[in-house]
Parts: sequence; structure tokens; C-alpha cells
Amino acid sequence: MSENKLHIEEHRDDEASKLGMWLFIFTELLLFGGLFLVYSIFRAQYTTSFHESSLELSVTIGAINTIVLLFSSMTIAMALSAIQKNNKKLALILIGITLFCAAIFLFNKYFEWGAKIEHGLYPGSTLMTLLDRGHLLYFSLYFFMTGLHALHIVIGMILLIVCYFKVKSQNINNQNYVLLENGALYWHLVDLIWIFLFPLIYLIT
Amino acid sequence: MANNSSHTTEYVVLARVLLLLMFLTILTISITSYHLGAFTVAITLLIAGTKGYLVLSYFMHLKYESLLLRILVGMVFVLFALIIVITFIDYAYR
Repeated sequence: MSENKLHIEEHRDDEASKLGMWLFIFTELLLFGGLFLVYSIFRAQYTTSFHESSLELSVTIGAINTIVLLFSSMTIAMALSAIQKNNKKLALILIGITLFCAAIFLFNKYFEWGAKIEHGLYPGSTLMTLLDRGHLLYFSLYFFMTGLHALHIVIGMILLIVCYFKVKSQNINNQNYVLLENGALYWHLVDLIWIFLFPLIYLIT
Repeated sequence: MANNSSHTTEYVVLARVLLLLMFLTILTISITSYHLGAFTVAITLLIAGTKGYLVLSYFMHLKYESLLLRILVGMVFVLFALIIVITFIDYAYR
């Protein structure tokens, strides 16, 4: 009984945790915002070079990755709903699907980058230094922005793996799920950034 | 418990939002295959903005959050828009 009482008096402020996560998300949005700003300025200055360079990218791989990421964003949102409804098994399955989608995304990215690196197109390569300024800027921004985004995917995956085991060990339950909520918020942020990256980098004509 | 004031979003709602997002993605890809010039960029960004709004409101539960948080998120986007506008004005009148 005394143990039960201790549990109730546990100091926790979920609203504050969530607000903290949102403040962190704001810094992330402005980080990518800065890159979008650089991108749009140089796109305005080197329109034809950016257009020619973007044709080198595979819209198909980009589109598949978009759909995979949107789907994973839904499954993690569903995982949160499942835990709120105290359906632990479904929550675990949904987090698992999200992680699987994240792996597919990185797998596609590996082949996309791999093909470019094979053709000698990577930051610092001799081919890159021979390109004119517009093409050079496009591919540098392409590698930096998608690379930074992929890094966020990896961080998100680590966060969700932690959530997976905490759900499994009942540390995340229908009374205390703020960690999963914040983990899901981070995953949606990764999706949100991709929503703007995909059309800007792959589809501009 | 008072700590859990969060709104639980139904699975059906989330699935509908996903369908809408998928539709908008296909729409963006098909629109860029037509050559509409400067309009393409505007339409593409408008669709991306709509998708972003859907993700923020439904997946990130912003629709059910406090007014304070919604205003804060709005301010970040206003700030970003201002930075873009000011920088472009700077470049245009150099």
C-alpha cells in the first residue's frame, strides 16, 4: 500500500516535457530552415544549373521514400493511440513497422548515394571540383541536406528502439507515455522536413 | 491521472490523413511533369505546406494542444517567412 502511495506522488510534469520537446523541434526547424534559405537563394541565382542537376536524381526513389516515411509517420502516431488505449501488443507491432520503414528509407538512400559515389560524385571528389559553380552548389546542398536528414532518421530510430524496449518492459504504459509521445514528435519532425526536401530537391524543374 | 490530458486520436482518422497525404504526394509529382514555369514552384510549395499542416495538426496532435503551443509553432513559421523575405529583399536590391 505504501509503495502504491509513493507511485502516485511521483514528480512528473508531462506538459513541460512536451513543451521542452517542442522547443527542441523549433531549433531543428530553424536549422533546416537556414539550409532551405541557402538553397532558395542559390536556386534563384543559378536556376538553369539547379534544374540540370536535379534531373540527375531519381524521382522514383525519392517518391518511394516519401511514401515510406509518410506511412511510418502514421504507424508511430497509431502506436501512441494504441498505448493510450492500453494495447501494448499493437503498440509494439506499430513501433516495429515504423522502424522497418526507417530501415527501408536508409536502404534506398544507401543505393541512391552509392550510385552517385560510384560515378565519382561526392563532396571533395575530382569530378565535383570540375563542376561549375551552380552544379557544385546544388550537389553540395543535396549531399548536406539529405545527409543531415538521414542522420536525423538514425537518431529517430535509436529513440524509437529505446521506446520499443520501454513499452516492452511496461516503463511506457497507458499512464505514463510521454517518452513515446516525444519520440513520435521527433519522428514526425523528420517526416515534416522530408515533405519540403522532396519537392525542392527532386521535383524542381 | 491529471497528467494525461492528451487527446487520443482514432486509428481511422490517422489512416484518412495518410490517404490524403499520399494523394497530395501523387498530385505534386504529376503537377511537376507539366511545364507550368514559375507556377510549378508555387503550387509545389503550396501542396507541401498543406501536407505540413496535416502532419502538424493530426500526427503531431497540434489540433488538440493548448493555444499557447499552437501560437508558438505559428510564430516559428512566421519567423522563418520573415527571414526568407528579408534575405530576398537584401539580394534583390544589392
